[in-house]
Amino acid sequence: MKRFVGFVRKEFYHIFRDKRSLFILFGMPIAQILLFGFAITNEINNVDIGILDQANDVTSKEIINKISASKHFSIVDIIHQESSIESIFKKGKVKAVLQFENNFGNNLIKEKQANVQVLTDATDPNMASTISNYISSILKKYQQELNENISIDYQIMPQSRMVYNAELKSVYMFVPGIMTVILMLVSAMMTSISITREKEQGTMEILLVSPLKPFQVIIGKVFPYIFLSVINAVVIVLLSIFVFNVPVNGSLFLLGIESVLFIITSLALGILISTISATQQTAMMISLMGLMLPTILLSGFIFPISSMPLPLQVISNIIPAKWFIIIVKGIMLKGIGIGFVLKETFILLLMTLVFIGVSVKKYKIRLE
Amino acid sequence: MMKDNNVIQVENLSKLFGDFAAVNQISFQVKAGEIFGFLGANGAGKTTAMKMLIGISSPTSGKATVAGFDVYKETESIKKNIGYMSQKFALYDDLTVKENITFFGGIYGLSKKQIDQKRCELVEELGLQEVTKSLVASLPLGWKQKLAFSVSLLHEPKIVFLDEPTGGVDPITRRQFWEMIYKAAHNGTTIFVTTHYMDEAEYCDRVSIMVNGKIEALDTPKKLKEHYKTDTMNDVFLKLARG
Amino acid sequence: MKIILYIIKKEFKQIFRNKGMLPIIFILPVLQLVILSNAATYEIKNIQFGYVDTDNSSISRGLIEQFESSTYFNVSEKFPSEKEASQAMQEGTIDAYLNIPTHFERDLQKDKTKDIGVFIDAIDGSAAGVINVYITQIIQNYNKSIVADLIQVSDAVQKPKNIDSIPLFWYNQTLNYKTFMVPGILVLLVTMITLFLSGMNIVREKEIGTLEQINVTPIKKHHFIIGKLFPFWVLGLGLLTIGLILAKVIFNVPMIGNLGLLYVYTAVYILVILGIGLFISNFTDTQQQAMFIAWFFVVIFILMSGLFTPIESMPKWAQKLTEFNPVKYFVEIIRMVMLKGSSFNDVFPLAIKTLVYAIVMNGLAVWSYKKTL
Repeated sequence: MKRFVGFVRKEFYHIFRDKRSLFILFGMPIAQILLFGFAITNEINNVDIGILDQANDVTSKEIINKISASKHFSIVDIIHQESSIESIFKKGKVKAVLQFENNFGNNLIKEKQANVQVLTDATDPNMASTISNYISSILKKYQQELNENISIDYQIMPQSRMVYNAELKSVYMFVPGIMTVILMLVSAMMTSISITREKEQGTMEILLVSPLKPFQVIIGKVFPYIFLSVINAVVIVLLSIFVFNVPVNGSLFLLGIESVLFIITSLALGILISTISATQQTAMMISLMGLMLPTILLSGFIFPISSMPLPLQVISNIIPAKWFIIIVKGIMLKGIGIGFVLKETFILLLMTLVFIGVSVKKYKIRLE
Repeated sequence: MMKDNNVIQVENLSKLFGDFAAVNQISFQVKAGEIFGFLGANGAGKTTAMKMLIGISSPTSGKATVAGFDVYKETESIKKNIGYMSQKFALYDDLTVKENITFFGGIYGLSKKQIDQKRCELVEELGLQEVTKSLVASLPLGWKQKLAFSVSLLHEPKIVFLDEPTGGVDPITRRQFWEMIYKAAHNGTTIFVTTHYMDEAEYCDRVSIMVNGKIEALDTPKKLKEHYKTDTMNDVFLKLARG
Repeated sequence: MKIILYIIKKEFKQIFRNKGMLPIIFILPVLQLVILSNAATYEIKNIQFGYVDTDNSSISRGLIEQFESSTYFNVSEKFPSEKEASQAMQEGTIDAYLNIPTHFERDLQKDKTKDIGVFIDAIDGSAAGVINVYITQIIQNYNKSIVADLIQVSDAVQKPKNIDSIPLFWYNQTLNYKTFMVPGILVLLVTMITLFLSGMNIVREKEIGTLEQINVTPIKKHHFIIGKLFPFWVLGLGLLTIGLILAKVIFNVPMIGNLGLLYVYTAVYILVILGIGLFISNFTDTQQQAMFIAWFFVVIFILMSGLFTPIESMPKWAQKLTEFNPVKYFVEIIRMVMLKGSSFNDVFPLAIKTLVYAIVMNGLAVWSYKKTL
C-alpha cells in the first residue's frame, strides 16, 4: 500500500510539474464553457432577409414594419425584380425573401384574401422552416388584429406552460451537454495518452516488473486524472450556476457522485483505448476522431435522439455521454432524485465494468 | 582560412541559462584528422557545448568557428560540413535500413547515383546485407548505433560529432565501433566525440575534461596521466571531478 | 526540389506503414460520415404525448383523436390526474401533456371559450417551441371543426380577412436534412484529420529525437515544412473525394455547382488547417500538449461554425470571433457551391479571406519553426 501511495504521488508530481499541460487542462475547459455558454444557441434571431414588395401599399408597408420590429429578422435588402432573388441567394446575402403580390392590399380588402410568398434558402432546412414559421405567425397575428371585431365561435385556448425552462433558454440545454463533452474527452484522452506514452517509451515494462501489481499501476496512473477531472467538473458546475444561472434543483451531492461515476467511465474508456493502441498517436486519434463527433451528435447534446432514425437511436445507447446528459439534466433542471436515474446510473456502471474487464483481459494476453 | 590546420576554433565560448552558466568560457582547438575526446561527468556541459558547435543552439558569448564557419551566423554552412550522431538514437524506427540511408542521403542533397553507391558500400561494410529491407526498429541496439554512425558519414563531412555514441552497447560492439571511428579518422575525417567511458578516452588523440561548465584539462591521454601521476584516464578523471 | 521529394516519400511511407493508424485515417471518417449525417436533424418527430382527461366528453375525446392521427405525436398514455402526468414527465417518458379539466365541454358550450393546459418539457428550448407550435395548430384546426359541428354557420357572420403565407423552400424543397449535413460533416472530418495529423507530426519527431537529427542537416526550413505538410494536403483532398463520392452515391446530395471550384477552394483551405497544425506543433514539446490544443480549437471550430447552431443568433462579439473560424468559411462555401451552384464570383469574398488566412498561418508557422533550440 505504501508503495502504491508513493507511486500515485510520483504520478501527481509528473502532472503538476508540467505547468503548460496543467494550464491547458484547466484553462481550456473553462474557456470553452464560457465561450459556448454565451455564444451558442439554437434559437434563430437576427436573420438577414430581403423584401420584394410588388404592391407597395399601406398594408404591405405595415407588415414590413412588423417584421423589421421582430427580433428574429433584420431586413438588409430591398429587391425590385424577381430575377435578382437567385443571385442574392447564391451570394448568401439573405436567408429569405418576402414577396408581396401585386395589389396585395386591394386583394385583402376586396377579396378578403391576399398572399405573401416566403422564399427561403433551404440549404439549411432548420433555418428555412423556422423562418417560414415565424413569418407565418407574424402574419397570423396581424390578421387577428385586422379581424378584431369579428368574433369567432368556440375557441379552445391552449395555455402553454414551458416546464423546467420557462424562458426557453438555450443555455439550459447546452451547459449539461458541454460539461459532458469536456469531461468525456479530457478524461479519455488524458488516460489513453499517458498510458500509451509509458508503453512507447518503454517505461511501462519497468513498472510492470516492479512489485506493484498491474492493476495498481493502472489505478495509480489514472488516479490523478480522476482528481483533475473532478476539479474540472466542480468548476464547470459553479460556472453554470453563477455565470449562466442554470439552477440545480436536485441534490448537489447526487450530481457530484454521478459526475465522479461518469469521469470513471470515461477514464475506463481511456484505459481501453490505450490497450488497443501501440503509439500515442493512435491513442490520440482514436480518442479524438473516434469520440468527438459521436459524443457531440449522438448524445442528445444538440440534436434530439428521439427524432433520429431507429438504427441511430439504438446506436446512441452505447454512447456513455447520452446517459450522463440525461442524468445531469434530470438532477439540475428537473430536480429529480436517485430513484429516477437508477437505470442510467446502472448503465454507466455496467459500461465502466465492461471497459475495465476488457482492458484487463487485453493486458493479460499481452503479458503472457 | 583554416590556419594551423584547425577545423574547430573555440574562444571563451559561454552559454547561460538565466544565471546558470552551463558552459563557462571554454577555449580549445581541434586539428584536422584528429580524434578529439570531449569528456565530462553528466551535467558538466558537454552536450550544451556540442550543440553550439553543430549550429542548433546559439552561444551567449565568445567566438567559435567550425570548418571555418562562424557558429553565430553561418550555422547552415557548418551543417553542410559536419555529421552528427546524437545520444538518443535518431534514425527512423519505422523505416527500413535502406530507406533511412536513402532519406538522409537525399536531404543532404546527394544524387541518386551517389546514394546507391554509398548505400552498397555501407551495407557491405557493416554486414547488413540480410537486413536492408527490415525495419530499423527490429535491429539490435549495437547495429543501430553503427548504422547511425555510418549514416552521419554519408555526405563525407569534414568533421563528425558523436554524442555518447556507445551508451548502452556491449563491449564487443563498442570495440567494433571504435574501429569504425579509427577508419573514418584515417580517411581524413575529424572526430569530435563525447563519452563517459574512460577506457574510450585512451583511444583519443587528445582529450579535454569538462567540470561544471569549464574545461579543466586538455592534452593527450599520455601527458594527462603523467601530469596527474596516475595509470589510467579513469583516475585522472576522478581527481579532476572531485576537485 | 529533389530534397522535398525525399521527405514526401518518407512521410508517405510512414503513414501507410502504420497499420494502427490507417483505419483511423480512412475508415473512421467514412463510417462517421455515413452514420452521423443521419443523426443531425432538428426535425421534431415522435413526440411522446400524454393527457389527462377528467371531462371525458365527446369534445375532449375528439381533441385527443386529433393528436392520435398526427404523425408528429405518439399518444402514449391517459393519466388519471395531473400528478401522474407530471411524474411521467420527470421520468422523461413523455415530452408533453394536455390537461383537459372537468366540465370542459359544458363550459365551452356555455362560454364559447375555454382554456386548456398544455405542459411541455422545455429543457430543449427550441424543440419545446416547435412542439408548442404543433399543439397550437392542432387545437386551432380542431376549433374550426367544432364550429362547423356545433352550430350551423350563420350567414350573418362576416367573412374574416385572410393573409396566407406561402412558403417556398429553394434548393431543398423537401427540407432534407442530409443534404445539409453531409457536406458539413465532411468538412469537419477533413478538418479534424488534417489538423490532428499535422499537429502531431513535427512534435512527434521532437519527442522521438529525430527532429534534432534533421536540424543538424543543411536542409532549408521551407523545404522541410513543405515536404512534411504535402502528404497531409494530399490526404485531405483524398478524403474530400471519398466523401463526395459517398455523398453522391449514398445520400444523393445534389452537386449543382462546379466541383473544380470546390477543389481549388479546398486546396487553399487545407493549407490554413495545416498551417495551424504546424504552428501548434512548433509551440509544444509533447504530442499530448499538441493534441490538447488541437482539441480545444477543433471543438470551438465545430460548435461555432454555423453547422449545428446558427451564427446569426450569437451575440455580436461571438459573431466577430467566428470570422477567425476557417471551418465556418468552408461549411458555407461547400454548401453554396454544391447545393446552390454558386459561382466563383459569389464565393469570392469568403475565398479571399481563406486565402489571406492561409498565407498568414503558414507564414507564422514557417517563421516560428526554429532549427535551433
